[in-house]
Order: sequence, then structure tokens, then C-alpha cells
Amino acid sequence: MNYLYYPGCSLKGTGRAYDESLKAVCRALGITLSEVPDWNCCGATAYMSVEETRAHALAARNLSLADAAAADKGLKRDIIAPCSACYLVLAKTLHALDEQIETRVLVERALKAGGLDMPKAGLQVRHPLDVLVNDVGLAAISAKVKSPLKGLKLAPYYGCQLVRPYAAFDDQAHPVTMDRLMAASGAECVDFPLKTRCCGGSLTGTVPDAGLRLAYIILKEAKKRGAHAVVTVCPLCQFNLDGYQDKIAAEFEEVAMPVLYFTQVLGLALGLSERELGIQRGIVPAEPALAGRR
Amino acid sequence: MPLQQTMRYESERDRAFADWVESITGGENVKGCIQCGLCSATCPLSIYMDYTPRRLVNLARAGFKDEVLSSFTIWLCASCYACRAECPKQIKVTDIMYALKRRAIREGSYPRRFPIPILAKEFSRMIRGFGRTPETFLVADLFLRTNWLRFLDMIGLGLNLLRTGRMSFVPESIQGRDQLRRILDSVDGESAKEERAVKEAA
Repeated sequence: MNYLYYPGCSLKGTGRAYDESLKAVCRALGITLSEVPDWNCCGATAYMSVEETRAHALAARNLSLADAAAADKGLKRDIIAPCSACYLVLAKTLHALDEQIETRVLVERALKAGGLDMPKAGLQVRHPLDVLVNDVGLAAISAKVKSPLKGLKLAPYYGCQLVRPYAAFDDQAHPVTMDRLMAASGAECVDFPLKTRCCGGSLTGTVPDAGLRLAYIILKEAKKRGAHAVVTVCPLCQFNLDGYQDKIAAEFEEVAMPVLYFTQVLGLALGLSERELGIQRGIVPAEPALAGRR
Repeated sequence: MPLQQTMRYESERDRAFADWVESITGGENVKGCIQCGLCSATCPLSIYMDYTPRRLVNLARAGFKDEVLSSFTIWLCASCYACRAECPKQIKVTDIMYALKRRAIREGSYPRRFPIPILAKEFSRMIRGFGRTPETFLVADLFLRTNWLRFLDMIGLGLNLLRTGRMSFVPESIQGRDQLRRILDSVDGESAKEERAVKEAA
């Protein structure tokens, strides 16, 4: 299986462990990822707050480069975008190009000014969670699980932008795809009603009074429900929940809750080493929670 | 005791602003809002807002331009789309928030020294320059510009990122920087778009 890969800025920086663990899991499952050549930042939530049509043109450059690369190399026209913000921004621009005629015309002209073509119909933006469960399939994954994570209790945290507003492959408020994948890895998911509540987004840095409390609410609930770790699908969620626990301890209480990527948990179950999955990159160490589980 | 007006006269509304709200992306169904308050109930940030999302939508569609554009509400929206998912009238509240942020930036009417609009502008500037967002540079730059005491406050987090190998020292940059600039420059900016809309209306 061959897919286009759009890592996004976070996976090259603070979310490095997500990039490492996703690539390791894909190698183990026989999935080839081809990075979109010379991709640019998707624009996240910030660019759309300043410019609308330009934000779509910015995202469309990636779509155009991806489409050209797919045609060139004969790849499946599915772009895997692991960061929820990138996933949503790219999908939103695809929707806008399809639904808003004026945006389509202006973006086409902009791409032409850069010597690029409009992405053709049929190009898709996919999340690795969707690809693993719906393309590879749980049966095929279960067959490759070598060291199930016995007794590991996880709080499955999906965050917001993966399921809203488009809910392309799961429910907007109560998604289950990751729960099923974690079960296939041998771990147990606790009942977690805050699955899709906001982690605070960029507010943890900009308006900590509000942002830190949002992150704390998620962590506190995971602890109350008996989770050994939170498992997430998004680099910003991981960063907020993992990186600010010092400040949360100072402001509210100490939670000491490791925050893993779902690809790290799956990778461990597939028998990959902690090192190649970037487990050591957690600011709150996950090693104690994982010790002796496989 | 001087008397203060506690309600508005019909004539004090900004009708042009109300018309504009209906014309923005996401504003299509705004007249159909039944003020049920599900958006405010589901919003994880409404407890910090000066106007809850329900009130903000009502003020915006009625033309209370100054109240809406200088509110904290639009800057506290973290774009989690919970309101849009819950809205029984399918109003794209998050897209309305985005449009109001753009208008507030364009008119310079955002709350003073509030870091989010500054972050948004700085973020776009860096993308224009590098094509990618050097996260750690962006954060450092933001706090030095807005509140350098906060910068000192972030040193602990910076050291943790350094220890775990998650800090970047060289900003990532794309090859096609000129191409990206040509693409961005060939699109009218927000103010040019606005002028064109006004001209067309006239």
C-alpha cells in the first residue's frame, strides 16, 4: 500500500515522536509513505484568522503538489495527514474548492501564478487512524500483534478537529475507531466521556488562565477513570497535555499522566522498540506505566 | 446621578455590518438562528467569554458592530467546532468567528495587548517568509513582543523540550519560497476584497 504523506510542521518539531512512531508502524505493516515534495505549512487556525482566500491558496499548494506527485509516481491519491489541524485545514480547502465557486476561481488563478495546477477531483485527505482501521483492517493488524499490552489502561482522547466538523469516518462526539485499535493492541480503554472535548488548542500558551484549565480537565478525568496514560491522535493535544503538567501541578494539582500517541501504543504491540517509537520524548515519562506490560 | 442608556434604539444598529454578516462564509443561515443556546452550552470556553456564542451571533446579525469586533469572545474561540456540530439550524458558528477575527484585525479593533491577534499575524508573516512554521521561534517571538515576563515563565517548558529532543534550532524552510509568494500575492488581501465588495454594492 502506497500513500502520500503530509507530516506538517509539528511532526518535524515538538511532535517528532508521532512522525517516528507512525513511520515505524507503517514499515511494520507494509505501508509505504511518500512525503509530499516541498510541502508548506497548512496555515493551522492562525492563517484563517487573518486571510480567508489566501488561507485556501496556501493549503491548495500542498494539494496541488500532492496530486502532481501521485500522478508522477502512480500513487494512490490519498494524503495521510496525522496532525488533526493539518487534516482539517486540507480537508476544509478541498471542500471549499468543491463548494465555493468564487474561492475555486481565485485559488486556480493563484496556483497558476505559481505554475501549479488545480488538484483534480478524487484527491482525499485521510487520517492514519482511518487508514489503519479501514484500509489495513483490524484483522490484519491483530495478526501482526506480537506483544499485546496486557493490563495497560488508556484514556482514548481524540480531541476536536479530527472528528469535527466533517466526521469523515467516525462519530462527532463519541468516536470509537481508536478504542478498537487499542483493543487490538491488547490495551484496555477506560470509559472516557471527554473524548472530543477541546484540549485548549493554542490558548494554553496565549491565554493560560483559560487554556491550562481545559488541559487539566482532560487529565484529571483520565486519572479519575483509572487510566495509566492518555492516548491521542494529535500533536497539539499531546503537547498541551504532556508539556504543561508542571504548570498544571502548580496551578491545580499534580496529575503525573503520560500522554502517548496511538501509533506508539500500536508500535509497542507490534513488537517495535521504545526507542524507535520515540517513547523517550515524553516530558512526563511513560516508561513506568509501560514496564512489564508486554 | 447621570442617566445611562441601558438598551439600544433600532436606529443605533449598524445595518451595513448586519448585511455583511449575512454575506460571509458561514453567515448564510444566521437569520435562522433560534437562540436556543446549544452553542453556548457546548462551548468549553463560554465561561470565559464576555458574550457567549449565542449572544455574539445575535449581536452580530443585528449589527452591533463595535460590541462584536472588540469582544474577547472571538479570540477565545479555539475552533473546536463543538457549536457547529450541535447547532440544530446548521449554522457554521466557527466560520462566523473566523470572519469576525479577520474583520477585527483589518479594522484594528481587537483588545489591546491581547496576544492572539498578534500571534495570528506573526504566524502568517513567518509562513510567507519560510513556508513553514518554526514553532519554537514563533512562541519566543510572540512573548518577547507581548509580555517578556511570560517568556521567562516558559523557560521550564523550553528546557523540557530540549531534554526530550523536541526543540528545533534551525527554522525549517521550503525550496519554493518564491513560488509560494507568487501564489499568495496573486490573491487579493482582505482589505482589497472588502473594497471590491463595497464597490460592487454601490
